[in-house]
Amino acid sequence: MDWLNAILQGTLLGGLYALFAAGLSLIFGVMRLVNIAHGDLIVLSAYIALSFGVSLGLNPLVALLLVVPTMALIGYALQRLILNRTMGEDLLPPLLVTFGLSVILQNVLLMGYSADPQNLQAGAIETASVTLGPLAVGVMPVMVFVTAVVVIAALQWMFYRTALGRAFRATSDRQDVAQLMGLNRAHIFGLAMALSLAVTALAGVFLGIRTAFDPAAGGARLIFGFEAVIIGGLGNLWGTLAGGVILGVAQTIGAKIDPGYQILAGHIVFLIILALRPRGLFPRIDG
Amino acid sequence: MSLSVTRRTRLSTAWLIVLVPIVLLLIAAPWWAGRADLRLMGEIALYMSLAVLWNLLAGYAGLVSVGQQAYVGFGGYLFFALTMLAGLHPYAALPLVVLAGFVISAPVAVLIFRLRGAYFAIGTWVVAEVFRLSFAQMASLGGGSGTSLSPDIVRSLAEGRDAREAVAWWLALGAGMLVIGTVVWLLRSRQGVALTAIRDNELAARSLGIDIWRTKFTVYVVVSGLTALIGALIFLQKLRISPDAAFSANDWTAFVIFIVVIGGIGTLEGPILGTLVFFALRETLADLGTLYLIALGVVAIVIMLFAPRGLWGFLRDRWGLELFPLSRRVSGLAKKEA
Repeated sequence: MDWLNAILQGTLLGGLYALFAAGLSLIFGVMRLVNIAHGDLIVLSAYIALSFGVSLGLNPLVALLLVVPTMALIGYALQRLILNRTMGEDLLPPLLVTFGLSVILQNVLLMGYSADPQNLQAGAIETASVTLGPLAVGVMPVMVFVTAVVVIAALQWMFYRTALGRAFRATSDRQDVAQLMGLNRAHIFGLAMALSLAVTALAGVFLGIRTAFDPAAGGARLIFGFEAVIIGGLGNLWGTLAGGVILGVAQTIGAKIDPGYQILAGHIVFLIILALRPRGLFPRIDG
Repeated sequence: MSLSVTRRTRLSTAWLIVLVPIVLLLIAAPWWAGRADLRLMGEIALYMSLAVLWNLLAGYAGLVSVGQQAYVGFGGYLFFALTMLAGLHPYAALPLVVLAGFVISAPVAVLIFRLRGAYFAIGTWVVAEVFRLSFAQMASLGGGSGTSLSPDIVRSLAEGRDAREAVAWWLALGAGMLVIGTVVWLLRSRQGVALTAIRDNELAARSLGIDIWRTKFTVYVVVSGLTALIGALIFLQKLRISPDAAFSANDWTAFVIFIVVIGGIGTLEGPILGTLVFFALRETLADLGTLYLIALGVVAIVIMLFAPRGLWGFLRDRWGLELFPLSRRVSGLAKKEA
């Protein structure tokens, strides 16, 4: 029963990882951009929620109403002012610029909030649980998982059923032709990053409610999100959810064997899948 | 009307002549520099080596790794294990560290070369994390809290503290010269021509029959083995190792990337110049702490956006400077036309 419990908890944890990954997957799909600062932006969202909590006395779940638009705005500005200048054939500029951004963010957070671990207090819901036969399931993890499913369904719908999604897909296919058809590439990229960071805001707040975080916590989050994307297969949003679940289950089972193996087990499962299925389990597009 | 290809320029010849007294002066440093200066110079030599190696990887082979701390830490830990657990003399352990670096990086390369471009970068980071978490599990090397190099191993290097400091400096200087020498030799060889072609245009290089995978693989393995050597020397200087220090992404990757970007990526002189600039800034601004890191990040972003070829690229574009005889110049073309 312990093992069944580990699998269940891992699956729910996978929902959080899918939220880490969805934003990463989105911008890669639209503009082939890999944002090294993604994890630090997740942590930034958690700190923004913390500040709203302290200054306005908001529950972090209510603060989401402010954090999501704030992050979306930051995303749009970041893309238009900085990242759009790096977009082109050469991979190096966007990589190194987002890498520099990551170091800047970490140190700005360090200056503003110190290195002490922080936590978002969401009240009674944090510890609430329901019993499913012999297993107890936390309300919060279930909520995170359901949110991940809803976010991915919404992104999927947006991509294939709306004008914005059509613009995203067109730009993804052929940037120059999309531009000729009257799409403003710079604006489309800005919107993609805004959407990516809106999802990141959700991920950051849920992360902050689940565990303590500090300014250096971003790197690991980027890696988990990245592993979920690669396991699931590039460009496949539902695959990303599956990737998150596989990673989450690998980690909880690893922790069950020995607490020191939790993170390592996740990495090893990722490397095994990379060795056996280099394009991921459900690939859609080529990297 | 004969065509001839030269790599030497008047400047590069002059530079090689100036280099000889500079190197002699550096070798004699224990006699003219204080203990603290010697340590700083050793650190500069080791950082310069890391920067030159990372630049070969990212600037020439297009393998942008953010996980080279994997090999710095691996080299450091292996050096501690070989001397303390296997009882080898430090001088015997160092070549074995390089060899082990080659051996471990080959399967890693096969695996992560499946990831393209930017995803390759994050893949290298995962590998570094796997290394860190694995070494943190090894109880014989102190587990998560690390271990110190035992005094008799330190003593086996040389008698007396001054002599030991001198040996540590000569090892760092020697490693630096080995790294720069290897890179110059590699870039002047056939492999180097292939690499430069890949740097300039991968598709065109492939259509000329260059085996891109094999060229990149060679570079990755050579760079990783030498990075492990530098790691061993870094922790020989520090005398203490822990997983967090050995596999620090900030110390062994972020700083190195900033050095190369500021100095000029894709040239050999760039990372050398960048290291000097980096240490000059660090020695004057280090009191600023986190603000210094923020400033460094901002400078790197600004350079990437507005002068992507860095300081050396700027000098080179302006005056055609090149210190190391690497690029080929064809002379005699004008005569042929006449």
